[in-house]
Amino acid sequence: MAEVLVVTSGKGGVGKTTSTAALGAALAQTGQSVVVVDFDVGLRNLDLVMGAERRVVYDLINVVQGDANLNQALIRDKRIDTLSLLPASQTRDKDALTAEGVERVVNELKGRFDWIICDSPAGIERGAYFAMRHADLAVIVTNPEVSSVRDSDRIIGLLDSKTEKAERGETIEKLLLLTRYDPVRAERGDMLKVDDVLEILSISLLGIIPESPEVLKASNLGSPVTLSNPISAPARAYADAARRLRGETIQMTVPSEKKRFFGNLFGRRAAA
Amino acid sequence: MSPAALQIVPQNAEPETSAKRKPVRFGGRSFMALVLAPEPPVDEWLAELDELAARSPGFFGSRPVVLDVAAIKLSPRMLAAFIGELEIRGVRLIGVEGCDPKFLDGPNARLATPVGGRAAGELSAPEAKGAAGTSLVVDQPVRSGQTISFNGDVTICGSVASGAEIVAAGSIHVYGALRGRAIAGSSGSPAARIFCRRLDAELLAIDGVYMTTDELDPALRGKPARAWLAGEQLKVAALD
Repeated sequence: MAEVLVVTSGKGGVGKTTSTAALGAALAQTGQSVVVVDFDVGLRNLDLVMGAERRVVYDLINVVQGDANLNQALIRDKRIDTLSLLPASQTRDKDALTAEGVERVVNELKGRFDWIICDSPAGIERGAYFAMRHADLAVIVTNPEVSSVRDSDRIIGLLDSKTEKAERGETIEKLLLLTRYDPVRAERGDMLKVDDVLEILSISLLGIIPESPEVLKASNLGSPVTLSNPISAPARAYADAARRLRGETIQMTVPSEKKRFFGNLFGRRAAA
Repeated sequence: MSPAALQIVPQNAEPETSAKRKPVRFGGRSFMALVLAPEPPVDEWLAELDELAARSPGFFGSRPVVLDVAAIKLSPRMLAAFIGELEIRGVRLIGVEGCDPKFLDGPNARLATPVGGRAAGELSAPEAKGAAGTSLVVDQPVRSGQTISFNGDVTICGSVASGAEIVAAGSIHVYGALRGRAIAGSSGSPAARIFCRRLDAELLAIDGVYMTTDELDPALRGKPARAWLAGEQLKVAALD
């Protein structure tokens, strides 16, 4: 049974695309077949973060409009063969998405993959609407900062009213992924604490991704952080989140780089 | 509705005498008058009006009303009788438009002055309180960007997010944090109140009198609180 997951936030720049790539890769590493779909038509980025920008021939819009089939548009990842990408078009805009076309593509993907991860564009307009439309569950990417939290709240309201599941009278599962979290600054009161965000949004927590230069490094390398540096703190946090998505119970911690040092040390000893 | 007080002091008055004499004070105030425009047949229209008055007791009670008779052709005698009918129903007329001013004589002559003013669109009479369906219970948190609008009391079992809005003709109860806007007594009921378990509201309003977070006593922030209207002033106090 395929799961359709939307990664969304309302606000831009909080880490939707990074999280889509990292979660997608982490899920694929557990042996699941995964496709990540870029819904940010006109501002495509997921191909860059996945390191597939030079392999894009056909895109989501071509498939939605029937100009190409899925086999032509899907790009299989070179590192993990259970991971695929359906890129967005950079030359078109969100008006090129149609309700019937998106529904047909999502249904077709459901027959092929275990996970369909839809990377939503920022905002609450057409692109974001289609990205969430067919989702079974939603990962809300939020930074520990008031404007991001309020926008996430807005998106949760839309998830509860505009998705297919909501219109059928069911509730869509919503999970919080708190990104760019810095425990020291949160303790000082410079940013919101985990509990504050959870209290405001009142949804369950999927994971806490610590602020780390590794994330930017990975993006620039064109590799999901879970692949580029799997022992880094954010990579371990994403891997934990992916395992929670699969239903495992894993204690919620904020991985830190300090632990990584010890992890390295032990890793080397074991190898020696 | 805030009265713009205006003092007029005679220009060439002697300084020593003007100090003793009290200046005549004028207050400017703008308010909304209802315009009633009866349609023929008048009997049926009056019956409609009675029904509306039954649904909204006191709706006409304190409001100034302008009568527009352009749509009905009445003789001076019938007009006087019609005005009488309205007075029996407690409608306080301040003017009549849409007919020859000469039609108005005797005690009705005072209504002949043109009132003027700007049209403010159609108004709907609020339904009476206490009838069925005057309470709404929301079992979910109200998210940013959502508006709950209801012609009665609203109870939220959850929080009201920043950027969300509750508009109630009656009182508002929030069993959670109130971080958005709460607008109670929206169709003119000063007795409406707002209660919440955690006060962090962006805006509180009762019967058009409002208060933003800036004006709120910081000591009440995050506390269980209630808000009510004392005269023209919105009061907020801790619940315990």
